[in-house]
Amino acid sequence: MNGPQLLEQYAGRLTTGAGAIFPGERAVFCGHDLHATLNDLDWLELYLFGITGRRYTPLQMKVLHAVCTFTSYPDARLWNNRVAALAGTVRSTGTLGIAAAYAVSEAQIYGWGAVLRASEFLCRTKMRVDAGEDIAELVSAELKHKRGISGYGRPIVSADERIAPLMAKVRELGFDGGPHLKLAFEVEKILLEGRWRLRMNYAALAAALCADLGMSPREYYFSSMPAFLAAMPPCYMEAAEKPEGLLFPLPCKVMLYEGVSRRKWRAAAQTQLL
Amino acid sequence: MTTEFIYSRIWQEEPEPDNAFAAATCHCHGYDVFGDLLVNASWIEYLFLLFRGEDPTIRQARLLEGLAMALANPGPRDAAVHAAMCGGVGGSTSASCLMAALAVGAGASGGAREVYLAMENWAGRGTDLATWRTELAAKPVSDPSDVWPMPGHPPGFDPHGVRCTGPVLKTLEHLVGVSDGPSLSWLQANRPTLEAAAGLPLAMSGVAAAALRDLGCTPEQGEMMHLFLRLPGAAVHALEQKDYGYKKFPFFSVELENDPATAHTGAEEKTGYRAEDKI
Repeated sequence: MNGPQLLEQYAGRLTTGAGAIFPGERAVFCGHDLHATLNDLDWLELYLFGITGRRYTPLQMKVLHAVCTFTSYPDARLWNNRVAALAGTVRSTGTLGIAAAYAVSEAQIYGWGAVLRASEFLCRTKMRVDAGEDIAELVSAELKHKRGISGYGRPIVSADERIAPLMAKVRELGFDGGPHLKLAFEVEKILLEGRWRLRMNYAALAAALCADLGMSPREYYFSSMPAFLAAMPPCYMEAAEKPEGLLFPLPCKVMLYEGVSRRKWRAAAQTQLL
Repeated sequence: MTTEFIYSRIWQEEPEPDNAFAAATCHCHGYDVFGDLLVNASWIEYLFLLFRGEDPTIRQARLLEGLAMALANPGPRDAAVHAAMCGGVGGSTSASCLMAALAVGAGASGGAREVYLAMENWAGRGTDLATWRTELAAKPVSDPSDVWPMPGHPPGFDPHGVRCTGPVLKTLEHLVGVSDGPSLSWLQANRPTLEAAAGLPLAMSGVAAAALRDLGCTPEQGEMMHLFLRLPGAAVHALEQKDYGYKKFPFFSVELENDPATAHTGAEEKTGYRAEDKI
């Protein structure tokens, strides 16, 4: 069945396993009564349950909380946070500012685009190494094919200050022996010893930890989304509390024009023919 | 005192003599925006200039205007407009209605990503019919490292269509008549062959992709244009539903596949409710 017959089958109703509200009675979240059987979950646990369908142990949850906490930087210069802050300085709403900042966080050189690629690389490479392939050759091929490896290297600076404190926490919790984590550091060793001089960044470390907790790349992509959230409201709120327009005011002279020389538009008569 | 710069090949400003933060003049690709373009150019010409860096010929301006007309309102059944109406009906902010329309209208099934992918196909295949036929018959390839989900159908074609619809055919016919580029006329001439290869009828996204290519746009420019050219319809339908109110907006029934209340009994309780039920 296809075409309009297929559409007709789906018209007018929602067939779902995600959940539903029964007004005045109850709510179902992914096959469970939200208020009866999931009421002991903290918010991140519930969020991850919605993505993976799995429950995590308290120690695993500490790792996952740390993954979010350790990258929460309320610095309004960061591109995604800057969107939230600019919304504040021009007196837009908090929801609009943060929603836009969130959307912008799906970038290619940082954020969720990079996160997904880092996880996909580690999971794919792990499978191939397990199948007997040489890790150095896989890294070299990836660099040749994609001209970089997501999760290694960083825009603006090379060092990543999040690695050491997160690793300390991970060691403390006993999660420093997973196979994806081991692979992530082996890849870094290869990249540092070669001519590339690329250090592991937070995306690869977090991706490896989550892969060791059983997350697929797509699950990790969704699971990582709350990571930037905590930092955005302070950026918006501070800008909104200051006098309007004082965040990054730009004088005309910051504009460096590199385009064509001044010229005159053609006569209006031609335009009027349109 | 700032020492950082914003580089631009598009925009140039000179400050007012007494305020470094206010522009006295603005030039776009060399043209004085408020001293020349405002008086002598049309909106559609200015739009073309912004994207392409040159003033359009009369036929290019007509082509862009025709495309803008065709795309301006996909109608309330379109997913992007539907999303905007979900904002309007609940009294959400105007910007959120348009953000909803942009997010949903960005997709690879009828949205701007589909136009982007179709324009990439044009860039690779040109007007080589044999290549089009071969590649249209191939299944879309999944890239698990891409944030965009795998396209479910060849871009530019209607995944649920039976035949090429009236609006698509009329848009194609009109735009062919005003285009100097090769893509639209080739698309019109070869539509039956392409549709047979894809197993699907041509969609508006496919016409838009060809038109944007004839206008000299890159796939990235085409994606951006498609996003904002469809916003007028989203805006007015969001406002309209806000006016009608939620009692006249569909809420649909629900069939829960894994209801814990029926899991043990096997009962087929399929309870739905409408918006007039209190939440």
